Amino acid sequence: MSALTRRRLLGQGALVVAFSLSRRAMGQVAEKRPTLPGDLDKFPLLDSWIRIDADGHITVFTGKAELGQGLKTALVQVAADELAVPPAGIELITADTARTPDEGVTAGSHSLQDSGTAILNAAANVRVLLTEAAAWRWLVAVEEVELHDGAAHAPNGDSLGYGELAAMLSLHVEAKPNVARREKGVRLIGTNLPRVDIPAKVTGGVAYVQDMRLPGMLHARVVRGPSEGTRLKPADFDAVARMPGVVQVVRDGGFTAVLATQEWQAIKALQRLQSAGWDRPGAKLPAEDMREAIRRLPSREVPIFDDPGPPAPADGKVVRARYSRPCLMHGSIGPSCAVALWENDGVTVWTHSQGVYPLRKSLAELLRLPADKVRCIHTEGSGCYGHNGADDVAADAALAARAVPGRPVRLQWMREQEHGWEPLGSAMVVELEATLADGRIAGWRHDVWSNAHSTRPATAGGLLAGAELDPPFPRQVPRPIPMPEGGGHRNGNPLYALTNAKGTYHFIEQMPVRVSALRSLGAHMNVFAIECFMDELAQAAGADPLAFRLAHMADGRAREVMQTAADRFGWAGRAQGGGGRGWGFAFARYKNLAAYCAVAMEVAVDRDSGDIKIRRVVAAVDSGEAVNPDGIRNQIEGAIVQSLSWTIHEAVAFDTTHRSSFDWSAYPIVRFDALPASVEVHVIDRPRQPFLGTGEAGQGPAAAALANAVADAVSLRIRDMPLAPEKVKAVLRS
Amino acid sequence: MITLTVNGVPHQVDAAPDTPLLYALRNDLGLNGAKFGCGLGQCGACTVLVDDKPAFSCLLPIAALAERKVRTIESLGTREKPGALPAAFEAEQAAQCGYCIAGMIMRAQALLERTTRPTEAELRAHMAPNLCRCGTHMRVLRAVRRAAIAMGGGVRNDAEDAL
Ligand code: FES
Ligand code: FES
Repeated sequence: MSALTRRRLLGQGALVVAFSLSRRAMGQVAEKRPTLPGDLDKFPLLDSWIRIDADGHITVFTGKAELGQGLKTALVQVAADELAVPPAGIELITADTARTPDEGVTAGSHSLQDSGTAILNAAANVRVLLTEAAAWRWLVAVEEVELHDGAAHAPNGDSLGYGELAAMLSLHVEAKPNVARREKGVRLIGTNLPRVDIPAKVTGGVAYVQDMRLPGMLHARVVRGPSEGTRLKPADFDAVARMPGVVQVVRDGGFTAVLATQEWQAIKALQRLQSAGWDRPGAKLPAEDMREAIRRLPSREVPIFDDPGPPAPADGKVVRARYSRPCLMHGSIGPSCAVALWENDGVTVWTHSQGVYPLRKSLAELLRLPADKVRCIHTEGSGCYGHNGADDVAADAALAARAVPGRPVRLQWMREQEHGWEPLGSAMVVELEATLADGRIAGWRHDVWSNAHSTRPATAGGLLAGAELDPPFPRQVPRPIPMPEGGGHRNGNPLYALTNAKGTYHFIEQMPVRVSALRSLGAHMNVFAIECFMDELAQAAGADPLAFRLAHMADGRAREVMQTAADRFGWAGRAQGGGGRGWGFAFARYKNLAAYCAVAMEVAVDRDSGDIKIRRVVAAVDSGEAVNPDGIRNQIEGAIVQSLSWTIHEAVAFDTTHRSSFDWSAYPIVRFDALPASVEVHVIDRPRQPFLGTGEAGQGPAAAALANAVADAVSLRIRDMPLAPEKVKAVLRS
Repeated sequence: MITLTVNGVPHQVDAAPDTPLLYALRNDLGLNGAKFGCGLGQCGACTVLVDDKPAFSCLLPIAALAERKVRTIESLGTREKPGALPAAFEAEQAAQCGYCIAGMIMRAQALLERTTRPTEAELRAHMAPNLCRCGTHMRVLRAVRRAAIAMGGGVRNDAEDAL
């Protein structure tokens, strides 16, 4: 063993133990040290991420949350792989303000990039420390120590468990950068480890916050009008308080909740209060389509990109097109739910919020408590696909529980409340203009109009209840999310090699309806527009859509993804489109920095009904190093099906007084009888390359491939979503 | 007190007669499988079997169930010994958030008890009352096909003809 190693090990004993979750900025280390990978940079102490008990029990901490995307499984895989233990040997703790690092919001396909990378590198650091401890104990060279199955093994056959080794050292030390990954032994990364959460979900186990049943728990419902912007007329609260099982009617300013012993009793009390009728106190909603309405509101110009270049030749062919989408709904299958418990002048909230830390801050302000009196524990809910009712219902539950200290309160929204009050995905309009010269793009303009794409709570004013208390909390002012991530302008900068190209985001601050982050944010619309437009340009240039794309693409990985999807689909050998049958292709790299995804699709359009049948979908995806290829396939399959539902079936409807898409009959989504005949996803693995977020990569390409296939089938272009049968029929008749 | 026969066992439930079965299952009997999705018969998250037919438990008042046999996903095996459908869903990794899945499994169970040799078009039509927002549908179909084979049958793939 080297003197250096020994000195380092001995030196650790002198380290001052401080709270392991201290951020780097608050840390004690004065000298500048190199950047650490992922969120390890924000929380450099190893025991923020990994702890090993004396009995060898390993606990891994992440500030990210399981949303049904398979996060738990992938993180267990990453940690177990690098620590050389079986996956069952890892206990994973997810987002909990009392226990895990503050990794912000679980969104934007960031979890593996930020948290997975942090855990991978923290685990590599821990593995090195364990190896060195074993070497020191046995007085052998570190190279002679082998780690596997939760123990260190010496050349002479001796072994030491991780628990014993961990007792010899402190993990309360900062991570070192550039620690090499494990080279030898069985690998877990890259295998299809079955999801750790699925067994409970297919056998009726406790899996969701909705399933929590704490002793003495009351059931609550929040009382609101039919949709955002409406208000219930005064009701006979005393009569409701006397209804069977009703424990209390909680009223605080304009906030009302009913608490009852049984859930059905709470629902009946809610229905009684709602029967008083409602009105709309504020301004009326616009009478016209929401995308036209917001397009005429004042906007602020935010540059997306500006790649100057030689001006397009005067005789170039100018092509222009305008695309749009309506407001869309997250539409979680399980309405939002939270459980709250007031004790010792503080509150614990079990929540499926995507951001337990920002939620804690907002709740502390709402409840006028110090932040350390609020604990938010992530507990799985129904898939959310962005900012749905999760945070709002957590506030509702906390306010309801404040009235009954010591008694847990479970509050779930009704279906109509989720449909009526969830923040929507914004309506959007994109205008594109390009100049073609010699079959190539010689100029490009992208203009996108949209409301904000995140109004997630950062203050009490970001929560529905914040506006209902007396006095109300000031509303959060929406702001555009800066590039390179972008909000409404996300993916407004094509990855294609363009010059004389410019993009502008017309950010509309004023929101006629409440909107926020919906899976992929503006990328669904921007990619839809860009990739439809690429087809329109290819057609104007007389080129094959794939060949035209490849001719403008310099990024090798993008080219390979496109080629893979095309080859697996049989793009080159497809029949001529027309007569109701069509083939479409589309590509994007999510945010130009996460996963690459290409989608090819075949459709059949019924000219009489306008119905689109999807015969086949083939996708290829490059997510960097594929931790769990089947998990990636699951995400992309889901993104494709969901995006097809958005693009064909969905549009939130309003009248001037309220949101009229109040349930699944008024807001239909795809059902089994309208699914593609098949969906195939091919994963291109890139071992040792950075993890690239995948969860939202499929939304844009799937939407555009569909529209391109429909255009190929009927020789007419539909540029406004949804591509609903009536619209297809109308376009065909015109 | 109302008597409910759930998974072969009679239970006394102390709740108002108009209480939908869903709440009795979840809160009185402590069964997690059936989920609240809409309470309106539109999504199928609450699907259970009543006298061997799929039913929306959110719409059925317990007073109407005294003489009837209710089955939930908890009757299809355990984590250690899952039945054919839960095992197939696990094998196909047919869940994302999974909130819809117990309802999916119960609806599929009704089909496979009637026939283990449905056609693909029959399978899709049969599953249509149940919604999934994660887009797990293709895997749900694969899982039901796998279970049909495990039960000695198989789904005839006529999806292409159906289109
Ligand atoms: S909860 Fe019963 S059908 Fe939706
Ligand atoms: S798996 Fe999430 S709703 Fe179906």
